[in-house]
Amino acid sequence: MNYLKILLNGIIKENPTFVLLLGMCPTLGTTSSAINGMSMGLATMAVLIFSNLIISLIKSLVPDMVRIPCYIVVIASLVTLLQMIMQAYTPEVYASLGLFIPLIVVNCIILGRAEAFAAKRGPVESIFDGIGIGLGFTIALTLLGAIRELLGTGRIFGLELYSENYGMLLFVLAPGAFIALGYLIAVVKKVAKI
Amino acid sequence: MNNTSPSSPEGAVKNTIIDIMKKLPSTLTNMALVLTLISVVAASALAYVNEITKEPIRANEERTLSEGINSVLGGGNANVLHVDTIEDTTPAIIYSTDQGKAVQAIDANGFGGPITVLVGFADDGSIKGYTVLKHAETPGLGAKVGQWFQAGAKGNIIGMKPGEKPLSVTKDDGQVDAITASTITSRAFLRAVNAAYDAFAQSPTSDNVNDAAQQQEPASAPADSTNC
Repeated sequence: MNYLKILLNGIIKENPTFVLLLGMCPTLGTTSSAINGMSMGLATMAVLIFSNLIISLIKSLVPDMVRIPCYIVVIASLVTLLQMIMQAYTPEVYASLGLFIPLIVVNCIILGRAEAFAAKRGPVESIFDGIGIGLGFTIALTLLGAIRELLGTGRIFGLELYSENYGMLLFVLAPGAFIALGYLIAVVKKVAKI
Repeated sequence: MNNTSPSSPEGAVKNTIIDIMKKLPSTLTNMALVLTLISVVAASALAYVNEITKEPIRANEERTLSEGINSVLGGGNANVLHVDTIEDTTPAIIYSTDQGKAVQAIDANGFGGPITVLVGFADDGSIKGYTVLKHAETPGLGAKVGQWFQAGAKGNIIGMKPGEKPLSVTKDDGQVDAITASTITSRAFLRAVNAAYDAFAQSPTSDNVNDAAQQQEPASAPADSTNC
């Protein structure tokens, strides 16, 4: 399997949000604006790349019966490291996403890719899978965030397109997330013919 | 060179690698050892990064606080002279500076959780400025709390004196316009501001506001009834 194919697999064929429907909690919770969705996607991608790499490196060392606890320790440590580093060096991003960062631990995409991919493949392939799935997740979250932000507040990435008074507040709130995600999945399936 | 022959040295090396690559069997010793090993490595990595990021994180928090104090006291460069903590029903922190006092107070009953505010007071007890340090209000609704009550905005509270009449929203016969569709957030915010004022009035070194504190006592009763 060549690397480009692994990369595209994560973005299109096995897109975690549109196709696998994994990680719905952060998808719906953090996408109230495009920038929040994108930051969450990138943070998840960073964790995913490193967790895939480490798990593919230690996979032969880990006995089968304790593999899940081992993976969880690796993932939880990586997330905590990321949280500390963000808090120290990018306090602005941390201020808006801080609440959601610990939730990456329980994001099933990460454990799912560890089980389904990294535990069976080499380190380089696993890194590419992490990048692919991470990009797929980031694109999906950014798209969803942009749609919700536009319909809800009239802005995209903070850029005002029309007055906030005409925005449909529903789309900024949780029910709007479900509605927007449903339509987005339908459109993506139609267009990409997955 | 014949790599596939098991008798050749290369073949032997390859076989050993395949043996190593096989998963460790799930015996009790193996499991305990591996899990311990991974935990120890993870813990050391965490401890190490915690050590290096401790200083920048502390510096960030300090900077956020001092920027907050400067902005609520009118934008100058305020020097914090001393810090008092008041442990009432909710804890408040008073930063006395050469430009006035900034009080950090909290109300636990926002719509999405506690709201922490920092309010700057002039010596006569009027509000010079405020900033919301921490909140978890709904984006698009209650999250406007950081801008809504600023000077020039609809719910402007700057210049008001909570000592004369505790702030409350117009719906509760108060003097402040609540955030549209976010009355709960607005009430919690104003409770936090009133709590900040109470702490300010109680603070030891402000002699000229003690009268205001006494006036404020009877007035606080109706404010409590609106909280229910």
